[in-house]
Amino acid sequence: MSDGSVGPKDTAHPPLRGTGDGAPTRLETSDAGTAGLPADAAPDKVAIASQWQLTWWAFKRHRLAMLGLWVIGLLYLIAIFSEFIAPDDPFKQNRRAVFHPPQMIHFIDRTEDGIQLRPYVWEMDRQRDPETLAITYTKSGEKIYLRMFGPGPEYKFWGIWTTNIHLFATVDPREKYFLFGADRLGRDMFSRIAYGTRISMSIGLVGVAISLVLGIVLGGLSGYYGGRIDMAIQRLIEFTLSLPTIPIWLALAAALPPSWPIYQQYFVITLIVSLVGWTELGRVVRGRFLAMKNDDFVIAARLDGASEPRIIFRHMLPSLTSHIIASLTLAVPLMILAETGLSFLGLGLQPPAISWGVLLKEAQNILSISQAPWLFIPGGFVVIAVLAFNFLGDGMRDAADPYGH
Amino acid sequence: MIWRFILKRLLYMIPFLFAVSIVSFLLIQAPPGDYLTTYIAKLGESNEVLDQASINNLRARFGLDQPLYVQYFKWVGNLLQGDFGMSFEWRQPVSDLVWERMGLTVCLSFATLLFTWALAMPIGIYSAVRKYTLGDYIITTIGFIGLATPNFLLALILMYIGVVHFGADVGGLFSPEYKNAPWSWAKVVNLIEHLWLPVIVLGTGATASLIRIMRANLLDELNRPYVDTARAKGLSEWALIMKYPVRVALNPFVSTIGWVLPNLVSGAVVTAIVLSLPTAGPLMLQALLSQDMYLAGAFVLLLSSLTVVGMLISDILLVLLDPRVRYE
Repeated sequence: MSDGSVGPKDTAHPPLRGTGDGAPTRLETSDAGTAGLPADAAPDKVAIASQWQLTWWAFKRHRLAMLGLWVIGLLYLIAIFSEFIAPDDPFKQNRRAVFHPPQMIHFIDRTEDGIQLRPYVWEMDRQRDPETLAITYTKSGEKIYLRMFGPGPEYKFWGIWTTNIHLFATVDPREKYFLFGADRLGRDMFSRIAYGTRISMSIGLVGVAISLVLGIVLGGLSGYYGGRIDMAIQRLIEFTLSLPTIPIWLALAAALPPSWPIYQQYFVITLIVSLVGWTELGRVVRGRFLAMKNDDFVIAARLDGASEPRIIFRHMLPSLTSHIIASLTLAVPLMILAETGLSFLGLGLQPPAISWGVLLKEAQNILSISQAPWLFIPGGFVVIAVLAFNFLGDGMRDAADPYGH
Repeated sequence: MIWRFILKRLLYMIPFLFAVSIVSFLLIQAPPGDYLTTYIAKLGESNEVLDQASINNLRARFGLDQPLYVQYFKWVGNLLQGDFGMSFEWRQPVSDLVWERMGLTVCLSFATLLFTWALAMPIGIYSAVRKYTLGDYIITTIGFIGLATPNFLLALILMYIGVVHFGADVGGLFSPEYKNAPWSWAKVVNLIEHLWLPVIVLGTGATASLIRIMRANLLDELNRPYVDTARAKGLSEWALIMKYPVRVALNPFVSTIGWVLPNLVSGAVVTAIVLSLPTAGPLMLQALLSQDMYLAGAFVLLLSSLTVVGMLISDILLVLLDPRVRYE
């Protein structure tokens, strides 16, 4: 088999080295993976594979990136079905559950009747120390049984239909359980985190969408036209990059009236956060446009009389889709961190809204976290989400780059 | 030659600083109402009334009855004479409030930068030379987690550990007895004793990304033919790596100062608020929350200028270190 048999797609991966006629193709397996083709891929399968298939094969070999993909998928499932997954109303205050510690779910139930597979948690009793008035919780020895798809507090699913079925509910509706504990007002942390996931994870997406538009338009103009426009946009990018973002965000966020409704706050915060994300994307798009604008296929399109928007959107942009997707994935965690930081400082979303940053604001007070370390759990979610996005983005960048070393 | 380059870069900074001042001015103007209405309202809260003469006086000083661009030039003109306006919350000129805090911010940022370099360089070299060993994997994992952890979360966790396991409050930059003391040698020592925690908190993210950059750069260089040649000639491995590939790999490393510094200054704001450090961050947040815009604007301006200066330093260092970079 010769290199030529790879076919017209040979830009998508380095030439394969055959070991002889009919023998399976031996692939270069250098450290980062070359094109990352599965070892069992028959040569003809490789030859006819589309660019997306090749990218997907390369991506699948990146184990951390696959893990990232699963984690992100799970987080978005929580975000989409947060009302259903949350066992309780996230705003419901409960004076008898202030700083209730987390309860582990046990699955194997040992009773006199033998061993059963039945999820339960240990009930906690609340005591108040007569002298210090400190509240402590101890196991009462009673079990609270849980069931899947059980009835709980009523809610409106996606604001459309009313139901009371939750993923996990207590068998006795009067009982409560706190998987991640409760906060200083006795609100269930797990439910609050589930609702916060929706806002935090979606802010990243909406912010990235805005950055995408800014980055493609400005980066595209800069790279395609060059000259003075390029100069001006490059200076703008340099300037934006040299600004310390947090002081600027803080100042912008402080100018928002706090009386605005949540969705309006949400939109403006997203806008503020996305003001920084576009620069990186703008640079990528500009660099690729500069390199591409004198390529044969672009010149051919131009000679053919294609209009400029058609050349840009139909011919040039598709060839860098994979790069754009990778850059976008790497931009999402920046936005999540930005929103978390702003809300944590009290200048982002305001309390009736729930996001991971708003939840972490509760952990600002050193006294309350030394009493209730489970207030850190939203921070864990932030770290996991950011890590997962970084792994996914790295994997996509490697997979999208046919010449990766 | 180098002086001409520095002069050129200094001139190049002027439009940048101009843009920074416009952004800061717009931020001052952003909240509804102007400085005086807020000031009068603030005074009214404590049952004080400003007489008409002083209102007119202040109005003329800040040019509040004039169009926006006149106000801007007035503000910049005052700035150039060292007058940053008045803080109505503190009833003091802004310039009295900002300098000591800015000084501590600069001190903290540069201490963190040094810490970051001192840590990232050897670890990055180790990680590249011993690629795919256990040590490399551990470093990479810690680096990823360091990148993903927001500064303030790290600060909170360290404070939590400090309070719960050591029973000590680790916030602040000075012990109580030095807090308001005039500057002395003992106070400097005290500052250094307190500086390590914010430096670690701030430096982790930047260190993690610099390690990755150093590792990637060095890996690119290690496969070059000149490395094989030097090895074939019998150069010891240590001298070989330090003398050639590391020097080449250092180049992008130095240029990172340009983007690390804005990140550090940003991070320092949040970290300082969590650890209650007497740097620019907490005062700026307070000023923003109470819409004390002249004070907040001064901080935005000074912090942004700091990062512009950082870029200048990185450009100059780059020229000094790498003969391949031309002065033009």
